[in-house]
Amino acid sequence: MPDPSFVFAQSVSGLTAAMFLFLIASGLSLIFGVLRVLNFAHGTFYMLGAYCAYQIVQWIGVESGHFWLAALGAATAIAILGGLIEHFLFRHLYGKEELYQLLFTYALVLILSDTAKIFWGTQQKSVSRPPELTGAFQILGATVPHYNLFILLLGPAIALAFWFVLQRTRAGRFIRAAALDRETLGALGVNVDGLYTWVFVIASFLGGLGGALIAPMRATVPGMDTDVIVEAFVVVVIGGLGSFWGTFLGALIYGQVLSFGILFFPRFSIFSVFALMAAVLIIRPWGLLGRPLK
Amino acid sequence: MRLSRIPWGPLVLLAAFFVPTVGSRFYTFVANDVVIWALFATSLNVLVGYTGLVSFGHAAYFGIGAYATGLLMKKAGVSFLLAFPAAGVIAGLCALVFGFFCVRLTRIYFAMLTLAFAQIVWAICFKWNEVTGGEQGMPEIPYPSFDWLDRVATVLPFVGGYRTSDYYYFTCLVLVGISLWLLRRIVASPFGRMLTTIRENAERAEFIGVNVRRYELAAFVIAGFFAGLAGGLFGIFNRGVFPDFAYWTKSSEVLIMTLLGGMSTFYGPALGALVLIWLNQQIVSYTEYWPFILGTILVILLFVFPGGIGGAVTALWRRAQRRPAGA
Repeated sequence: MPDPSFVFAQSVSGLTAAMFLFLIASGLSLIFGVLRVLNFAHGTFYMLGAYCAYQIVQWIGVESGHFWLAALGAATAIAILGGLIEHFLFRHLYGKEELYQLLFTYALVLILSDTAKIFWGTQQKSVSRPPELTGAFQILGATVPHYNLFILLLGPAIALAFWFVLQRTRAGRFIRAAALDRETLGALGVNVDGLYTWVFVIASFLGGLGGALIAPMRATVPGMDTDVIVEAFVVVVIGGLGSFWGTFLGALIYGQVLSFGILFFPRFSIFSVFALMAAVLIIRPWGLLGRPLK
Repeated sequence: MRLSRIPWGPLVLLAAFFVPTVGSRFYTFVANDVVIWALFATSLNVLVGYTGLVSFGHAAYFGIGAYATGLLMKKAGVSFLLAFPAAGVIAGLCALVFGFFCVRLTRIYFAMLTLAFAQIVWAICFKWNEVTGGEQGMPEIPYPSFDWLDRVATVLPFVGGYRTSDYYYFTCLVLVGISLWLLRRIVASPFGRMLTTIRENAERAEFIGVNVRRYELAAFVIAGFFAGLAGGLFGIFNRGVFPDFAYWTKSSEVLIMTLLGGMSTFYGPALGALVLIWLNQQIVSYTEYWPFILGTILVILLFVFPGGIGGAVTALWRRAQRRPAGA
């Protein structure tokens, strides 16, 4: 039996990874839930969020409080980018086949990640942790950095805020209605086109925020986008495409499977998460908490 | 003579035999790349174009084929004559197992499950160091032995005098030519017509008593088999087999080729492979930002020519034919 403090540390690291994945996957799931499109570019938004945060920190320095400005600024920039892409390009593909939509989002991956290479090169970039959160706690013999704890609290906070908006506000009702029946919603006088743009903006904001917040923990490098997007796919598929709490659950499962998989089968932990994804698709294609598509 | 009566496929194949004589070593290299990808893209088109199943994990079978041939030839010392068909058979068997589950799902879930299986294959290749060489891959896959050609050359002198890579190119041409011919026979057969029926209206096919899933599975296995053959050829051509052969971005690349060439025509995907690889070679000498260009091409394609080159040419052709009748 492994040392309990080690098990604890492992599950904390799994939880932290899960919160990041939740931030990214929730945007992906939102877009799928409403627009029925899998957005490959979502991982690239995440990577761009990290680069933007790095860039803003370069400009404004690392003094106290500046990191938060950088994170918010980066997320906002990505949100605007997402909104523009939806408004000027993606909108025209809604009536077309799924393959075209998928490939369009893949074209965005190619274009945007190469643009990032033009601006920031291929050297890895890193952002230092915000000075407020550089310390660490000792819990049950394991070291938990303050920053990780912040992420652990932020994840559920965003989940709750998200849930509140979706369930308790007018805009949230429209979003849920658009997911169910776009045409009827339009016939009732709601500006569905505008709504779709906003869905893209919110989802891109979450993706960009996830990227900005991970910048102090992992190096920002080209290629992180294509890696993270498949992870996010695993999360949304396990939880259920388009299901909000499903995404949360999927992220938690993914984080734990990965971190304990590394403990017990160090070589095949990546394998195990994809196997889990395949198993969920085979047994319950709509995911643990999702509903079957009509 | 009507242009459409000319046997374009065999003519192009015949012309391709003269590339090493006329062009440089570089052109032979590019042509060899094109030939292999043409088979890979055409195999995918059996699924996407003919059956209407969008697979996002077709690279899995390409990768399996490459590893099968590579392992057999490098580690087991099996001759190419056995290792090459083995690539197709092993990839086809994997496609049978994976496809069994995939065809039960529809649309986006089908795409996701093919992606999941491809990532499983990638993860195994990436981590199973003892067998696959892990992240480093398997370099130095030997060429097939061409010693017997020396004996042939004593009788037919024009056969001799090429480099090993040129002989390998000829081998690929012959094998891909045969594979494409087989694929063409398959999609033109009653079985192939039924695949098209399923694409157009699966429900209707079900009503007239067709076991849709079984047909889809058969298409999946055929596509996997030929992708495996392409992978087997590519591993030797590439002088090494690497895990990213099965990574999901490879699956997108081959989808782009298929789309660029045009999914509505048999030779479209092969044409897409030719255009994309040629463009790549041209552009890489000017800029390192090839993905940027590729993405831009793809966007233009999706918005302006959704039928790909094949679709655009067919449309132009029909127009040109209609005009004299109208005049």
